[in-house]
Amino acid sequence: MFHFSNLVRSKGDPKLVRTGHSSLTSADRLARGLGWFSIALGTVELFAPRRVTRALGMEGRETLVRAYGMREIAAGMMTLSPDKKAGLYGRIAGDGLDIVTLLAELRFGNPRYGSVMAALIMVGGITVLDTIAAQDVALQHDPKRGRRRSYSERSGFPKGLAAVRGAARPRSQLQSGAAPQPVPAGVS
Amino acid sequence: MKALVWHGKEDIRCDTVTDPEIEHERDAIIKVTSCAICGSDLHLFHNYIPAMMPGDIMGHESMGEVVEVGAGVDGKLKKGDRIVVPFTIICGECDQCKRGNFSVCETTNRNKPLADKVFGHATAGLFGYTHLTGGYPGGQAEYLRVPYADATHIKVPDSLSDEQALFLSDILPTGWQAAVQCDIEPTDTVAIWGCGPIGQMSIRSAILLGAKQVIAIDRIPERLSMAEAGGAITINFDDESVVERLQELTDGKGPEKCIDAVGFESHVSMGQPDTLLDRAKQMMMLESDRPHVLREIIYVCRPGGIISIPGVYGGLADKIPMGPLMNKGLTIRTGQTHVNRWTDDLLHLIESGQIDPSFVITHSVPLERGPDMYRVFRDKQDSCIKVVLKP
Repeated sequence: MFHFSNLVRSKGDPKLVRTGHSSLTSADRLARGLGWFSIALGTVELFAPRRVTRALGMEGRETLVRAYGMREIAAGMMTLSPDKKAGLYGRIAGDGLDIVTLLAELRFGNPRYGSVMAALIMVGGITVLDTIAAQDVALQHDPKRGRRRSYSERSGFPKGLAAVRGAARPRSQLQSGAAPQPVPAGVS
Repeated sequence: MKALVWHGKEDIRCDTVTDPEIEHERDAIIKVTSCAICGSDLHLFHNYIPAMMPGDIMGHESMGEVVEVGAGVDGKLKKGDRIVVPFTIICGECDQCKRGNFSVCETTNRNKPLADKVFGHATAGLFGYTHLTGGYPGGQAEYLRVPYADATHIKVPDSLSDEQALFLSDILPTGWQAAVQCDIEPTDTVAIWGCGPIGQMSIRSAILLGAKQVIAIDRIPERLSMAEAGGAITINFDDESVVERLQELTDGKGPEKCIDAVGFESHVSMGQPDTLLDRAKQMMMLESDRPHVLREIIYVCRPGGIISIPGVYGGLADKIPMGPLMNKGLTIRTGQTHVNRWTDDLLHLIESGQIDPSFVITHSVPLERGPDMYRVFRDKQDSCIKVVLKP
């Protein structure tokens, strides 16, 4: 992508030669993959629910599949956002719902028994990935990581707080104690 | 050279890029000796502000040594000079610059047509802050081309260290302007939301300008401890009600002056339902900004009071309580910082030892560690408040 942006940069601006170390962690990348997967699956469920119900032998439940599609898209968007932890936990809860729904269809009378079983195995695998990603994201972005310090000595006033309180007060106030004039809309 | 480059949401990389070159006669090139990550860089990190392109160099708080000057710099800078680079690029000649309104310089935004469409009128060019503000490469790099360098610089006296001078580029004048805009009187209570670097500088500025009482609001213990060291009474909004505590500290009248040093990424919490709604709308692109702090300020500010907003807002914010704002007769003052307007005053305060802005630095690391430090700073890990990078 940056090759294209190099083309539009002006003559004196630096152009990218080689990329290096990224701020994205492995957990971020996994979460990103799961987020896009969620949106793709959700889109199929929302716009082609009949394909899903036919494949799983659960005809007549298209409205439920559409609702699950919207849930997948919402969770996917959240997983792609900076609030990815909430998105991943949302996905895990959604995986639970999917498993319960699929288990209800796992009956011997279902002509698509094999497909339901395959879907269950797939959802199980995705749930494992969601759980790993959620745990890693929580761990890697935990605000409690690193040292805890107090900055109670850092006043920023080398002469001490008492010495500087009001030291930069406008001259009009220092002389008379009167209310200051409004700040002029020009150079100070 | 090495530089910290934006590649997408949460993806900053330490890349190899070509060196900058003099492009116009008013350009200069500096060898960056210190630069910093700003809270507003996190808005770009999260990709909340549009018009970034993969390959853009980050950073708008930089200083260094002049290594090359264009023919038009006209003796105002020479090789070897040590300068701080203000984050706003200014021409020094247009109508707005002559009025001291440097952050809305009419000349330096080289993507003026785009910015005119988005903002109504273009603002000044900024370093490393999207193509809406000119698409200028930022200063988190080994070298930086400074456009309009004859006007866009602050010469640093030898007596000051990099750490003392660096924040003249942004956070010190931003905190100062936020406090000056409040017209602080000796009887005033100034309440400041957000104890990040801008909030910390606003606290010190309000103290220097003689506020009777300064109240700082945040939820991170180490930030609150730094605020307290600077002379503020602190409120941890995870532990107590901001509204109730402010009422208690002001005899039920509310603070006369309020500073929003948070901006459009207010903390989202279950205890504040409006923040959840804002977040959901932001995710669905129905709203770009989360203005919880602004709502709270309008609610608690004393009638006739002043609200100063140094925190960055990017686009559209919903449910702003216009009724209380109008009926209480509140004044709102905001804007990007007119850095050069305040340089002389602030240099004097630093040189005379009345303030040492280096107090805010919690991490000083090589440039190569920049990508990791973006994450540490964003996640508030390791008690991180301000990161300085050394190329």
